[in-house]
Amino acid sequence: MNENDLMIQLKNVEVTVGDSVLLSNINLAIPYGETHVMFGPNGIGKTTLLKAIMGLPPAKVTSGQIIFKGKDITNWSIDERARDGLALTFQKPPEIRGLKMNDFMNMYGSYEDEEVESLNMSYMIERELNDGFSGGEIKRSELMQIRAQKPQFVMLDEPESGVDMEHMDIIGKSINNLLQRDKMIYERKTVSGLIITHTGFVLDYVNAEKGYVFNRDGVICEGHPRDIYQHIQKDGFNQCASCMKVADFADVFGSD
Amino acid sequence: MSLVVIKMTSNEKKLSKYDIDATEHPAIDLSSISSEDKKSLEEVGVDFDNIKQTRTATFIQKDQSVINIDQQNEGLEILDINTALKKYDWLREEYLWKSVSPDKDEYTEAAHKFPVQGYFIRASKGYKGGNIPVQSCLYIAQDNLMQRVHNIIIAEEGAELNIINGCTTSVTVKEGAHLGITEYYVKKDAKLTFTMIHSWGENVLVRPRSAGVVEENGLFISNFISLKPVKSIQSYPSIKCNGKNATARFYSVVASFEGNELDLGAEVVLNGEASSGEIISRAVCHGGNIIARGRIIGNGKRCKGHLECDGLILHEEGTISAIPELHGNTNNAELSHEAAVGRIGQEKINYLQARGLTEEEAVNAIVTGFISLDIPGIPDSLNDKIEEAINSYGDAMF
Repeated sequence: MNENDLMIQLKNVEVTVGDSVLLSNINLAIPYGETHVMFGPNGIGKTTLLKAIMGLPPAKVTSGQIIFKGKDITNWSIDERARDGLALTFQKPPEIRGLKMNDFMNMYGSYEDEEVESLNMSYMIERELNDGFSGGEIKRSELMQIRAQKPQFVMLDEPESGVDMEHMDIIGKSINNLLQRDKMIYERKTVSGLIITHTGFVLDYVNAEKGYVFNRDGVICEGHPRDIYQHIQKDGFNQCASCMKVADFADVFGSD
Repeated sequence: MSLVVIKMTSNEKKLSKYDIDATEHPAIDLSSISSEDKKSLEEVGVDFDNIKQTRTATFIQKDQSVINIDQQNEGLEILDINTALKKYDWLREEYLWKSVSPDKDEYTEAAHKFPVQGYFIRASKGYKGGNIPVQSCLYIAQDNLMQRVHNIIIAEEGAELNIINGCTTSVTVKEGAHLGITEYYVKKDAKLTFTMIHSWGENVLVRPRSAGVVEENGLFISNFISLKPVKSIQSYPSIKCNGKNATARFYSVVASFEGNELDLGAEVVLNGEASSGEIISRAVCHGGNIIARGRIIGNGKRCKGHLECDGLILHEEGTISAIPELHGNTNNAELSHEAAVGRIGQEKINYLQARGLTEEEAVNAIVTGFISLDIPGIPDSLNDKIEEAINSYGDAMF
């Protein structure tokens, strides 16, 4: 694929936390308008990888490059990345006392009341950020906050975990809309996404283009996300490892 | 019980070096106040426009002179303290120096020994101030003056009274001292809120000595805001909740800067049955030293008290000492405290940066949030003034 068609590209990225190399040889290439999904066992470093892309410590990119819209952002600050279009939802965001959610969103972005209503958040929009939010409220609040950023590259870290059934649908639709999946294909050129999911629920709403399975050695499998998810459901991740031994994944590691 | 002593490092100027004699200032109409004075006073919450609508009474003391005293409402009396003492014998007999002892320390001694000025505010039985406050201001314009103030505030039975009190100095004042005695008397079923906004000069020594009594079902709320550089403040008001269900609440939001010494706190003595007290403080240290004290003494049956001292240290050489004290003297007192002192967690800054705020903006948002206390039971107009002070601090700081 032509590099000009890629919104973001990870080239042989190595991620270090403290003194230990957590991930190495990571190659990803996500074209404009596409959404990809990451699968992998718990603790393998998926969250760490998203944090590294966002520039968040303690994750550090110790070799390789992150190319975003043709620019090398490997050494950019967190806020420079955010202002240039990267966004990440946090799994465990810190509580910020005294800072109301609506005031905060107006500091960095903008939002419509309809967006708040569609996430069923009108009742909590004036609450202090993450103060006593339930698991499901955190997911909706994180999604609402990145919506206000008007992001171009959306990273979602298990957007469904801890969400009650009633809100699953609300969140699924909001994600689909944020990722422009509800638009015609030729209109989906300005937003791309990368999603971590364990339950696969998000696949019911977001028709993602590509799925990856990865472990510490890098991406070990890629394919249609629903196919991959089906296999994982049936056989678990061990199968992925043994599968890798027999198949030829020469072109898995990135598209370059 | 004695206060925990923490050595402050400043070499305070001896009290005797300040001037006692003050230039007299004539009484003036608020519309003819100099623009320089007006600017200083506005910073600490004094309103000049539409005050018939926004304030029930006004009292402005410049140095040792009362330059404006005005009241609009029946049932509310406001006099300068010397006139009030001449008018009412009972004031001296029952209230003057009854909460604070003149021989408490050198500051109360000086306020007792030298001529004082100050205000007497009394809300008569059943008076309802509504949401409209009385405004008072203690202002130092003369360089090197030792300003002496003695205030007495009485909320009679069932009265509701809100006071906003600004304390400030003229920009021309290089040094000075403020000794302020304030005695609060909250009678049965009465409610008094007292909101202080301080904006002293960098070399001003501030020594308020305040105390009071709350009777049955009475409520006293004190808000203390000091977010500008000041050489030294030492303040430790004490309220006795003597009546059944009497309540006292203290909220303070302070910031210190290089060379500043802030020793602040409050004491609530819960004598009455089911009386309650709360002391909440938020301190931000940009340098200098802050001591945040709080002491709740539970004597009465089923009394309840809660203390919170939180401090953020933003400068490597700044210090904050939180000293919460609880004394339960009966087996059914319920007293608790929380205290946390430290720097801002990096993960909080990073979180806000991940939405696009710069590191500096993130720190600003966190600090502003930290000091934005949600104070229950005070009128919106006063909340607005507190918010203004906080915002102007945020704008100046970051």
